[in-house]
Amino acid sequence: MDVLFRSVRELVDLAENEGKLISELMIEQEMLISGRSRDEIFAQMDRNLTVMEEAVERGLRGVQSVTGLTGGDAVLLQNYIAQGKSLAGDLLLDAVSKAVATNEVNAAMGTICATPTAGSAGVVPGTLFAVKNKLNPTREQMIRYLFTSGAFGFIVANNASISGAEGGCQAEVGSASAMAAAAIVEMAGGSPQQSSEAFAITLKNMLGLVCDPVAGLVEVPCVKRNAMGASNSLVAADMALAGVTSRIPCDEVIGAMYRIGQAMSPNLKETARGGLAATPTGKAITHAIFEGGNLKDILKSRTVSH
Amino acid sequence: MKFTSVFDIIGPVMIGPSSSHTAGAARIGRVARDLFGRQPKWVKIYLYGSFAETYRGHGTDVAIVGGLLDYDTDDERIKTAFEEAQKAGLQFEFIPETANKEHPNTARLLMGDDAGEMSVEGISIGGGKIEISEVNGFKLRLTGGMPAILVVHDDRAGCIANVANCLAMHDVNIGHMEVSRIERGLTALMVIEVDQNIDDRIIEQISYIPHITKVSKINN
Repeated sequence: MDVLFRSVRELVDLAENEGKLISELMIEQEMLISGRSRDEIFAQMDRNLTVMEEAVERGLRGVQSVTGLTGGDAVLLQNYIAQGKSLAGDLLLDAVSKAVATNEVNAAMGTICATPTAGSAGVVPGTLFAVKNKLNPTREQMIRYLFTSGAFGFIVANNASISGAEGGCQAEVGSASAMAAAAIVEMAGGSPQQSSEAFAITLKNMLGLVCDPVAGLVEVPCVKRNAMGASNSLVAADMALAGVTSRIPCDEVIGAMYRIGQAMSPNLKETARGGLAATPTGKAITHAIFEGGNLKDILKSRTVSH
Repeated sequence: MKFTSVFDIIGPVMIGPSSSHTAGAARIGRVARDLFGRQPKWVKIYLYGSFAETYRGHGTDVAIVGGLLDYDTDDERIKTAFEEAQKAGLQFEFIPETANKEHPNTARLLMGDDAGEMSVEGISIGGGKIEISEVNGFKLRLTGGMPAILVVHDDRAGCIANVANCLAMHDVNIGHMEVSRIERGLTALMVIEVDQNIDDRIIEQISYIPHITKVSKINN
Protein backbone atom coordinates (compact mmCIF):
# COMPACT_ATOMS: atom_id res chain seq x y z
CA MET A 1 0.00 0.00 0.00
CA ASP A 2 1.24 3.45 -0.92
CA VAL A 3 1.63 5.70 2.10
CA LEU A 4 3.45 9.00 2.57
CA PHE A 5 5.18 7.96 5.79
CA ARG A 6 5.83 4.82 7.81
CA SER A 7 8.20 6.18 10.47
CA VAL A 8 8.54 9.39 12.46
CA ARG A 9 11.79 10.11 10.61
CA GLU A 10 10.00 9.94 7.26
CA LEU A 11 7.14 12.06 8.58
CA VAL A 12 9.37 14.80 9.97
CA ASP A 13 11.66 14.86 6.91
CA LEU A 14 8.68 15.13 4.60
CA ALA A 15 7.13 17.92 6.67
CA GLU A 16 10.37 19.89 6.77
CA ASN A 17 11.33 19.35 3.11
CA GLU A 18 7.89 20.35 1.88
CA GLY A 19 7.30 23.05 4.49
CA LYS A 20 4.07 21.36 5.61
CA LEU A 21 2.46 20.77 8.97
CA ILE A 22 2.31 17.18 10.23
CA SER A 23 -1.47 17.49 10.36
CA GLU A 24 -1.45 18.39 6.66
CA LEU A 25 0.52 15.26 5.76
CA MET A 26 -1.91 13.12 7.74
CA ILE A 27 -4.83 14.69 5.86
CA GLU A 28 -3.09 14.13 2.50
CA GLN A 29 -2.34 10.52 3.36
CA GLU A 30 -5.95 9.91 4.40
CA MET A 31 -7.12 11.34 1.06
CA LEU A 32 -4.67 9.06 -0.73
CA ILE A 33 -5.70 5.91 1.12
CA SER A 34 -9.45 6.44 1.35
CA GLY A 35 -10.02 8.22 -1.95
CA ARG A 36 -12.27 10.65 -0.06
CA SER A 37 -12.18 14.43 -0.36
CA ARG A 38 -10.53 16.79 2.08
CA ASP A 39 -13.97 18.13 3.06
CA GLU A 40 -15.33 14.68 3.88
CA ILE A 41 -12.29 13.82 5.98
CA PHE A 42 -12.41 17.14 7.83
CA ALA A 43 -16.12 16.69 8.47
CA GLN A 44 -15.59 13.26 10.02
CA MET A 45 -12.84 14.56 12.29
CA ASP A 46 -15.07 17.51 13.19
CA ARG A 47 -17.72 15.04 14.36
CA ASN A 48 -15.13 13.19 16.44
CA LEU A 49 -14.13 16.50 18.02
CA THR A 50 -17.76 17.18 18.91
CA VAL A 51 -18.05 13.76 20.59
CA MET A 52 -14.94 14.61 22.62
CA GLU A 53 -16.38 17.98 23.67
CA GLU A 54 -19.64 16.40 24.75
CA ALA A 55 -17.86 13.68 26.73
CA VAL A 56 -15.74 16.24 28.60
CA GLU A 57 -18.79 18.39 29.38
CA ARG A 58 -20.69 15.37 30.62
CA GLY A 59 -17.78 14.26 32.80
CA LEU A 60 -17.39 17.73 34.29
CA ARG A 61 -21.06 17.68 35.30
CA GLY A 62 -20.28 14.47 37.20
CA VAL A 63 -20.85 10.80 36.31
CA GLN A 64 -20.65 7.50 38.17
CA SER A 65 -19.68 4.16 36.67
CA VAL A 66 -22.06 1.22 36.97
CA THR A 67 -19.84 -0.35 39.63
CA GLY A 68 -19.41 2.89 41.55
CA LEU A 69 -15.62 2.46 41.40
CA THR A 70 -15.02 5.66 39.45
CA GLY A 71 -16.72 8.98 38.77
CA GLY A 72 -16.81 12.43 40.28
CA ASP A 73 -13.06 13.13 40.40
CA ALA A 74 -13.18 15.52 37.43
CA VAL A 75 -15.62 17.63 39.42
CA LEU A 76 -13.38 17.56 42.52
CA LEU A 77 -10.46 18.77 40.42
CA GLN A 78 -12.45 21.61 38.82
CA ASN A 79 -13.64 22.76 42.25
CA TYR A 80 -10.06 22.68 43.50
CA ILE A 81 -8.82 24.73 40.52
CA ALA A 82 -11.60 27.26 41.17
CA GLN A 83 -10.26 27.82 44.69
CA GLY A 84 -7.10 29.20 43.09
CA LYS A 85 -4.77 27.05 45.16
CA SER A 86 -3.35 24.69 42.56
CA LEU A 87 0.36 24.00 42.91
CA ALA A 88 0.98 22.42 39.49
CA GLY A 89 -0.73 25.26 37.62
CA ASP A 90 -4.28 25.78 36.41
CA LEU A 91 -3.70 24.77 32.78
CA LEU A 92 -2.03 21.50 33.73
CA LEU A 93 -4.72 20.60 36.25
CA ASP A 94 -7.42 21.62 33.80
CA ALA A 95 -5.98 19.12 31.29
CA VAL A 96 -5.85 16.49 34.01
CA SER A 97 -9.47 17.09 35.04
CA LYS A 98 -10.70 16.96 31.45
CA ALA A 99 -8.79 13.75 30.78
CA VAL A 100 -10.37 12.30 33.92
CA ALA A 101 -13.79 13.58 32.81
CA THR A 102 -13.53 11.69 29.51
CA ASN A 103 -12.42 8.45 31.12
CA GLU A 104 -15.09 8.66 33.78
CA VAL A 105 -17.68 8.91 31.01
CA ASN A 106 -16.02 5.95 29.29
CA ALA A 107 -16.15 3.88 32.48
CA ALA A 108 -19.84 4.76 32.79
CA MET A 109 -20.43 3.25 29.32
CA GLY A 110 -20.96 6.69 27.83
CA THR A 111 -20.18 7.76 24.27
CA ILE A 112 -16.54 8.65 23.65
CA CYS A 113 -14.11 8.81 20.75
CA ALA A 114 -11.27 6.28 21.08
CA THR A 115 -7.93 8.14 20.89
CA PRO A 116 -6.25 5.79 20.13
CA THR A 117 -8.24 3.44 22.41
CA ALA A 118 -11.14 3.83 24.79
CA GLY A 119 -9.03 3.17 27.89
CA SER A 120 -6.70 5.98 26.79
CA ALA A 121 -9.41 8.27 25.40
CA GLY A 122 -8.87 11.07 27.92
CA VAL A 123 -5.40 12.39 27.17
CA VAL A 124 -5.81 13.81 23.66
CA PRO A 125 -9.07 15.72 24.34
CA GLY A 126 -8.03 16.62 27.90
CA THR A 127 -4.88 18.37 26.76
CA LEU A 128 -6.60 19.88 23.71
CA PHE A 129 -9.40 21.56 25.67
CA ALA A 130 -6.94 22.84 28.28
CA VAL A 131 -4.44 24.39 25.84
CA LYS A 132 -7.38 25.78 23.90
CA ASN A 133 -7.90 28.32 26.69
CA LYS A 134 -4.30 29.46 26.39
CA LEU A 135 -3.68 29.33 22.62
CA ASN A 136 -7.17 30.28 21.37
CA PRO A 137 -7.06 28.01 18.31
CA THR A 138 -9.61 28.15 15.49
CA ARG A 139 -11.93 25.16 15.01
CA GLU A 140 -9.70 24.11 12.09
CA GLN A 141 -6.62 24.17 14.31
CA MET A 142 -8.43 22.03 16.87
CA ILE A 143 -9.30 19.52 14.17
CA ARG A 144 -5.67 19.62 13.01
CA TYR A 145 -4.62 18.77 16.58
CA LEU A 146 -6.44 15.47 16.11
CA PHE A 147 -4.80 14.82 12.73
CA THR A 148 -1.34 15.47 14.20
CA SER A 149 -2.10 13.09 17.09
CA GLY A 150 -3.38 10.62 14.52
CA ALA A 151 -0.23 10.81 12.39
CA PHE A 152 1.96 9.76 15.30
CA GLY A 153 -0.60 7.21 16.48
CA PHE A 154 -0.66 5.71 12.99
CA ILE A 155 3.10 5.14 13.14
CA VAL A 156 2.98 3.62 16.63
CA ALA A 157 0.04 1.35 15.75
CA ASN A 158 1.84 -0.01 12.68
CA ASN A 159 5.34 -0.29 14.17
CA ALA A 160 4.53 -1.24 17.76
CA SER A 161 1.05 -1.48 19.28
CA ILE A 162 -1.80 0.56 20.72
CA SER A 163 -3.38 -2.39 22.52
CA GLY A 164 -3.00 -3.06 26.23
CA ALA A 165 -3.49 -6.77 25.64
CA GLU A 166 -0.57 -6.78 23.21
CA GLY A 167 1.81 -4.22 24.69
CA GLY A 168 0.66 -3.18 28.16
CA CYS A 169 -0.54 0.28 29.16
CA GLN A 170 2.59 1.88 27.67
CA ALA A 171 0.99 1.05 24.30
CA GLU A 172 -2.32 2.68 25.25
CA VAL A 173 -1.92 5.66 27.56
CA GLY A 174 1.78 5.88 26.66
CA SER A 175 0.96 6.21 22.97
CA ALA A 176 -1.94 8.58 23.67
CA SER A 177 0.21 10.86 25.80
CA ALA A 178 3.03 10.97 23.28
CA MET A 179 0.55 11.67 20.46
CA ALA A 180 -0.93 14.55 22.48
CA ALA A 181 2.53 15.98 23.24
CA ALA A 182 3.37 16.10 19.53
CA ALA A 183 0.05 17.80 18.76
CA ILE A 184 0.47 20.40 21.53
CA VAL A 185 3.83 21.34 20.02
CA GLU A 186 2.33 21.87 16.58
CA MET A 187 -0.55 23.93 17.96
CA ALA A 188 1.90 26.06 19.97
CA GLY A 189 3.88 26.80 16.80
CA GLY A 190 6.78 24.38 17.31
CA SER A 191 8.52 22.61 14.43
CA PRO A 192 7.79 19.06 13.20
CA GLN A 193 11.14 18.01 14.69
CA GLN A 194 10.09 19.47 18.05
CA SER A 195 6.85 17.48 17.83
CA SER A 196 8.88 14.32 17.43
CA GLU A 197 11.12 15.27 20.39
CA ALA A 198 8.03 15.81 22.57
CA PHE A 199 6.67 12.47 21.42
CA ALA A 200 9.91 10.66 22.21
CA ILE A 201 10.31 12.31 25.63
CA THR A 202 6.76 11.40 26.64
CA LEU A 203 6.86 7.79 25.48
CA LYS A 204 10.29 7.22 27.04
CA ASN A 205 8.82 8.13 30.38
CA MET A 206 5.90 5.76 30.07
CA LEU A 207 7.89 2.72 28.93
CA GLY A 208 7.23 -0.46 30.84
CA LEU A 209 3.81 0.63 32.04
CA VAL A 210 1.78 -2.49 32.69
CA CYS A 211 -1.90 -3.02 31.93
CA ASP A 212 -3.43 -4.33 35.16
CA PRO A 213 -7.07 -3.28 35.32
CA VAL A 214 -8.74 -4.19 38.60
CA ALA A 215 -11.55 -6.68 37.96
CA GLY A 216 -10.78 -6.31 34.25
CA LEU A 217 -12.69 -3.03 34.25
CA VAL A 218 -11.46 0.09 32.46
CA GLU A 219 -11.59 2.07 35.70
CA VAL A 220 -8.78 1.45 38.19
CA PRO A 221 -6.07 2.50 37.44
CA CYS A 222 -7.01 3.58 33.89
CA VAL A 223 -8.74 6.86 34.79
CA LYS A 224 -5.83 8.18 36.84
CA ARG A 225 -3.28 6.96 34.30
CA ASN A 226 -4.96 9.22 31.78
CA ALA A 227 -4.62 12.07 34.26
CA MET A 228 -0.91 11.49 34.67
CA GLY A 229 -0.52 10.89 30.94
CA ALA A 230 -2.01 14.31 30.22
CA SER A 231 0.42 16.00 32.59
CA ASN A 232 3.29 14.09 30.97
CA SER A 233 2.23 15.41 27.57
CA LEU A 234 2.20 19.02 28.66
CA VAL A 235 5.57 18.85 30.40
CA ALA A 236 7.20 17.07 27.44
CA ALA A 237 5.69 19.58 24.99
CA ASP A 238 7.11 22.43 27.04
CA MET A 239 10.50 20.71 27.19
CA ALA A 240 10.58 20.26 23.41
CA LEU A 241 9.47 23.86 22.83
CA ALA A 242 12.27 24.96 25.16
CA GLY A 243 14.73 23.19 22.88
CA VAL A 244 15.27 20.01 24.88
CA THR A 245 15.83 16.97 22.65
CA SER A 246 15.58 13.23 23.19
CA ARG A 247 18.94 11.50 22.98
CA ILE A 248 17.22 8.35 21.73
CA PRO A 249 15.54 8.99 18.35
CA CYS A 250 11.76 8.79 18.27
CA ASP A 251 11.49 5.67 16.08
CA GLU A 252 13.94 3.83 18.32
CA VAL A 253 11.81 4.69 21.36
CA ILE A 254 8.80 3.22 19.54
CA GLY A 255 10.86 0.09 18.78
CA ALA A 256 11.86 -0.18 22.43
CA MET A 257 8.22 0.12 23.48
CA TYR A 258 7.28 -2.72 21.15
CA ARG A 259 10.01 -5.03 22.44
CA ILE A 260 9.21 -4.25 26.08
CA GLY A 261 5.59 -5.14 25.35
CA GLN A 262 6.67 -8.45 23.81
CA ALA A 263 8.81 -9.25 26.85
CA MET A 264 6.06 -8.42 29.34
CA SER A 265 4.30 -11.27 31.12
CA PRO A 266 0.74 -11.92 29.89
CA ASN A 267 -0.28 -11.40 33.54
CA LEU A 268 0.53 -7.73 33.04
CA LYS A 269 -1.27 -7.28 29.72
CA GLU A 270 -4.96 -6.66 30.35
CA THR A 271 -5.69 -10.08 31.81
CA ALA A 272 -6.40 -8.71 35.30
CA ARG A 273 -4.12 -11.43 36.69
CA GLY A 274 -1.24 -9.25 37.87
CA GLY A 275 -0.21 -5.84 39.14
CA LEU A 276 -2.88 -3.76 40.87
CA ALA A 277 -5.56 -6.27 39.87
CA ALA A 278 -3.79 -8.90 41.98
CA THR A 279 -3.43 -6.79 45.15
CA PRO A 280 -5.58 -7.79 48.14
CA THR A 281 -7.87 -4.81 47.57
CA GLY A 282 -7.92 -5.41 43.82
CA LYS A 283 -9.03 -9.00 44.43
CA ALA A 284 -11.59 -7.91 47.03
CA ILE A 285 -13.07 -5.45 44.54
CA THR A 286 -13.21 -8.18 41.89
CA HIS A 287 -14.95 -10.51 44.33
CA ALA A 288 -17.41 -7.79 45.33
CA ILE A 289 -18.34 -6.95 41.75
CA PHE A 290 -18.67 -10.41 40.30
CA GLU A 291 -19.50 -12.61 43.27
CA GLY A 292 -21.76 -10.35 45.25
CA GLY A 293 -19.44 -9.01 47.96
CA ASN A 294 -19.92 -5.58 49.48
CA LEU A 295 -18.08 -3.02 47.35
CA LYS A 296 -19.20 -0.07 49.46
CA ASP A 297 -17.49 -1.45 52.56
CA ILE A 298 -14.25 -1.99 50.64
CA LEU A 299 -14.29 1.52 49.22
CA LYS A 300 -15.23 3.03 52.59
CA SER A 301 -12.26 1.36 54.23
CA ARG A 302 -9.94 3.36 52.00
CA THR A 303 -8.91 6.64 53.57
CA VAL A 304 -7.98 7.94 50.14
CA SER A 305 -10.75 7.49 47.57
CA HIS A 306 -10.11 4.73 45.00
CA MET B 1 0.13 -2.38 7.50
CA LYS B 2 -2.57 -3.23 10.00
CA PHE B 3 -3.81 0.32 10.51
CA THR B 4 -4.48 2.29 7.35
CA SER B 5 -6.77 5.16 8.28
CA VAL B 6 -6.36 8.06 10.71
CA PHE B 7 -9.85 7.16 11.92
CA ASP B 8 -8.51 3.82 13.12
CA ILE B 9 -6.46 5.93 15.53
CA ILE B 10 -8.74 8.91 16.24
CA GLY B 11 -11.93 6.89 16.46
CA PRO B 12 -14.17 5.03 16.46
CA VAL B 13 -16.90 6.92 18.23
CA MET B 14 -18.13 4.27 20.60
CA ILE B 15 -19.79 3.24 23.82
CA GLY B 16 -17.09 2.59 26.45
CA PRO B 17 -15.30 1.21 28.21
CA SER B 18 -12.76 -0.57 25.95
CA SER B 19 -12.02 -0.15 22.26
CA SER B 20 -10.52 -3.64 21.95
CA HIS B 21 -13.01 -5.33 24.22
CA THR B 22 -16.18 -3.34 23.54
CA ALA B 23 -16.02 -1.61 20.12
CA GLY B 24 -13.91 -4.38 18.54
CA ALA B 25 -16.20 -7.00 20.06
CA ALA B 26 -19.30 -5.25 18.69
CA ARG B 27 -17.70 -5.21 15.25
CA ILE B 28 -16.86 -8.92 15.40
CA GLY B 29 -20.50 -9.64 16.25
CA ARG B 30 -21.78 -7.42 13.47
CA VAL B 31 -19.47 -8.83 10.80
CA ALA B 32 -20.43 -12.35 11.91
CA ARG B 33 -24.09 -11.41 11.44
CA ASP B 34 -23.27 -9.96 8.01
CA LEU B 35 -21.49 -13.14 6.99
CA PHE B 36 -24.36 -15.29 8.27
CA GLY B 37 -26.61 -13.09 6.18
CA ARG B 38 -29.29 -12.54 8.82
CA GLN B 39 -29.76 -12.52 12.56
CA PRO B 40 -29.09 -16.01 13.89
CA LYS B 41 -31.52 -17.66 16.32
CA TRP B 42 -28.81 -18.95 18.59
CA VAL B 43 -25.11 -18.34 19.11
CA LYS B 44 -22.37 -19.92 21.19
CA ILE B 45 -19.60 -17.41 21.87
CA TYR B 46 -16.21 -18.89 22.71
CA LEU B 47 -13.79 -16.38 24.26
CA TYR B 48 -10.00 -16.70 24.39
CA GLY B 49 -7.09 -14.92 26.10
CA SER B 50 -7.82 -11.48 27.49
CA PHE B 51 -11.40 -11.72 26.18
CA ALA B 52 -11.96 -14.83 28.32
CA GLU B 53 -10.40 -13.23 31.41
CA THR B 54 -12.08 -9.84 31.36
CA TYR B 55 -15.16 -10.00 29.17
CA ARG B 56 -17.65 -9.17 31.90
CA GLY B 57 -15.81 -6.09 33.14
CA HIS B 58 -15.26 -4.73 29.65
CA GLY B 59 -18.79 -5.22 28.39
CA THR B 60 -17.42 -7.59 25.72
CA ASP B 61 -20.45 -9.80 26.25
CA VAL B 62 -23.10 -7.13 25.67
CA ALA B 63 -21.05 -5.69 22.79
CA ILE B 64 -20.83 -8.98 20.85
CA VAL B 65 -24.54 -9.57 21.33
CA GLY B 66 -25.17 -5.94 20.27
CA GLY B 67 -23.15 -6.54 17.11
CA LEU B 68 -25.17 -9.67 16.38
CA LEU B 69 -28.26 -7.44 16.61
CA ASP B 70 -26.64 -5.20 13.94
CA TYR B 71 -25.69 -2.36 16.31
CA ASP B 72 -22.79 -0.07 15.42
CA THR B 73 -20.04 0.71 17.99
CA ASP B 74 -21.78 3.91 19.16
CA ASP B 75 -25.28 2.47 19.49
CA GLU B 76 -26.61 3.24 22.98
CA ARG B 77 -28.60 -0.01 22.91
CA ILE B 78 -25.32 -1.96 23.40
CA LYS B 79 -25.80 -1.38 27.13
CA THR B 80 -29.13 -3.23 27.12
CA ALA B 81 -28.22 -5.73 24.38
CA PHE B 82 -29.10 -8.77 26.51
CA GLU B 83 -32.67 -7.58 26.97
CA GLU B 84 -32.88 -6.56 23.31
CA ALA B 85 -31.64 -10.04 22.29
CA GLN B 86 -34.38 -11.65 24.28
CA LYS B 87 -36.97 -9.47 22.53
CA ALA B 88 -35.42 -10.27 19.14
CA GLY B 89 -35.39 -14.02 19.83
CA LEU B 90 -31.61 -14.44 19.89
CA GLN B 91 -30.34 -17.03 22.36
CA PHE B 92 -26.73 -16.71 23.42
CA GLU B 93 -24.23 -18.50 25.59
CA PHE B 94 -20.69 -17.44 26.58
CA ILE B 95 -17.96 -20.03 26.93
CA PRO B 96 -14.60 -18.75 28.25
CA GLU B 97 -11.80 -21.01 26.96
CA THR B 98 -8.37 -21.61 28.42
CA ALA B 99 -6.63 -22.55 25.14
CA ASN B 100 -4.13 -20.02 23.81
CA LYS B 101 -4.89 -18.45 20.47
CA GLU B 102 -2.38 -16.58 18.31
CA HIS B 103 -3.92 -13.25 19.39
CA PRO B 104 -4.93 -12.46 22.99
CA ASN B 105 -8.31 -10.97 22.02
CA THR B 106 -10.03 -13.74 20.09
CA ALA B 107 -13.69 -14.74 19.89
CA ARG B 108 -15.27 -17.61 17.96
CA LEU B 109 -18.96 -17.41 17.23
CA LEU B 110 -20.85 -20.56 16.36
CA MET B 111 -24.29 -19.44 15.23
CA GLY B 112 -27.27 -20.81 13.47
CA ASP B 113 -30.99 -21.05 12.82
CA ASP B 114 -33.34 -23.54 11.15
CA ALA B 115 -31.72 -22.86 7.76
CA GLY B 116 -28.06 -23.32 8.64
CA GLU B 117 -25.03 -22.90 10.86
CA MET B 118 -21.82 -20.91 10.56
CA SER B 119 -18.65 -20.44 12.57
CA VAL B 120 -16.76 -17.14 12.50
CA GLU B 121 -13.58 -16.36 14.42
CA GLY B 122 -12.53 -12.75 14.93
CA ILE B 123 -9.66 -10.97 16.63
CA SER B 124 -9.65 -7.47 18.05
CA ILE B 125 -6.27 -5.96 17.24
CA GLY B 126 -6.51 -2.64 19.10
CA GLY B 127 -8.29 0.67 18.93
CA GLY B 128 -11.52 -1.00 17.82
CA LYS B 129 -10.01 -2.50 14.69
CA ILE B 130 -10.71 -6.16 13.96
CA GLU B 131 -9.76 -8.98 11.64
CA ILE B 132 -11.77 -12.06 10.80
CA SER B 133 -9.35 -14.97 11.08
CA GLU B 134 -11.50 -18.00 10.33
CA VAL B 135 -14.86 -18.80 8.70
CA ASN B 136 -16.27 -22.35 8.83
CA GLY B 137 -12.80 -23.73 9.48
CA PHE B 138 -11.14 -21.79 6.65
CA LYS B 139 -8.22 -19.65 7.74
CA LEU B 140 -8.34 -16.18 6.25
CA ARG B 141 -7.47 -12.59 6.98
CA LEU B 142 -10.27 -10.13 6.52
CA THR B 143 -10.25 -6.66 8.05
CA GLY B 144 -13.92 -5.80 7.78
CA GLY B 145 -12.75 -2.34 6.76
CA MET B 146 -13.52 -2.97 3.08
CA PRO B 147 -16.67 -4.38 1.53
CA ALA B 148 -16.06 -8.06 0.81
CA ILE B 149 -17.67 -11.22 -0.53
CA LEU B 150 -17.00 -14.70 0.78
CA VAL B 151 -17.80 -17.55 -1.61
CA VAL B 152 -17.74 -21.18 -0.51
CA HIS B 153 -17.42 -23.42 -3.57
CA ASP B 154 -16.36 -26.82 -4.85
CA ASP B 155 -12.65 -26.87 -5.63
CA ARG B 156 -13.09 -27.10 -9.43
CA ALA B 157 -11.46 -25.35 -12.39
CA GLY B 158 -13.39 -22.32 -13.63
CA CYS B 159 -15.17 -21.41 -10.37
CA ILE B 160 -12.95 -18.45 -9.66
CA ALA B 161 -13.15 -17.18 -13.24
CA ASN B 162 -16.96 -17.45 -13.23
CA VAL B 163 -17.26 -15.39 -10.04
CA ALA B 164 -14.75 -12.81 -11.31
CA ASN B 165 -16.68 -12.57 -14.60
CA CYS B 166 -19.95 -12.01 -12.80
CA LEU B 167 -18.39 -9.17 -10.79
CA ALA B 168 -16.83 -7.68 -13.94
CA MET B 169 -20.22 -7.72 -15.65
CA HIS B 170 -21.56 -5.52 -12.86
CA ASP B 171 -18.53 -3.23 -13.01
CA VAL B 172 -17.32 -4.29 -9.55
CA ASN B 173 -13.58 -3.85 -9.12
CA ILE B 174 -11.67 -6.44 -7.07
CA GLY B 175 -9.14 -4.88 -4.67
CA HIS B 176 -7.77 -8.04 -3.10
CA MET B 177 -8.54 -11.73 -3.42
CA GLU B 178 -7.55 -14.92 -1.63
CA VAL B 179 -8.52 -18.51 -2.20
CA SER B 180 -8.02 -21.21 0.40
CA ARG B 181 -9.03 -24.84 0.59
CA ILE B 182 -9.00 -27.40 3.34
CA GLU B 183 -8.18 -30.29 0.99
CA ARG B 184 -7.58 -30.35 -2.79
CA GLY B 185 -10.66 -31.21 -4.84
CA LEU B 186 -13.10 -30.68 -1.98
CA THR B 187 -14.41 -27.36 -0.67
CA ALA B 188 -12.66 -24.02 -1.14
CA LEU B 189 -13.29 -20.45 -0.06
CA MET B 190 -12.80 -17.24 -2.04
CA VAL B 191 -12.39 -14.02 -0.09
CA ILE B 192 -12.84 -11.05 -2.41
CA GLU B 193 -12.38 -7.47 -1.21
CA VAL B 194 -14.09 -4.99 -3.51
CA ASP B 195 -14.22 -1.24 -3.88
CA GLN B 196 -17.93 -0.70 -3.29
CA ASN B 197 -20.79 -2.25 -1.36
CA ILE B 198 -22.34 -5.17 -3.21
CA ASP B 199 -25.97 -5.27 -4.17
CA ASP B 200 -28.00 -8.32 -2.99
CA ARG B 201 -28.92 -8.98 -6.62
CA ILE B 202 -25.26 -9.65 -7.49
CA ILE B 203 -24.90 -11.97 -4.49
CA GLU B 204 -27.95 -13.88 -5.71
CA GLN B 205 -26.50 -14.18 -9.22
CA ILE B 206 -23.21 -15.51 -7.87
CA SER B 207 -25.10 -18.09 -5.82
CA TYR B 208 -26.61 -19.48 -9.06
CA ILE B 209 -23.18 -20.19 -10.60
CA PRO B 210 -22.48 -23.97 -10.76
CA HIS B 211 -20.42 -25.42 -7.87
CA ILE B 212 -21.03 -22.37 -5.66
CA THR B 213 -22.46 -23.49 -2.33
CA LYS B 214 -22.65 -20.33 -0.24
CA VAL B 215 -22.16 -16.59 -0.73
CA SER B 216 -21.87 -14.05 2.09
CA LYS B 217 -21.03 -10.39 2.07
CA ILE B 218 -19.76 -7.67 4.37
CA ASN B 219 -20.77 -4.14 3.57
CA ASN B 220 -18.76 -1.22 4.82
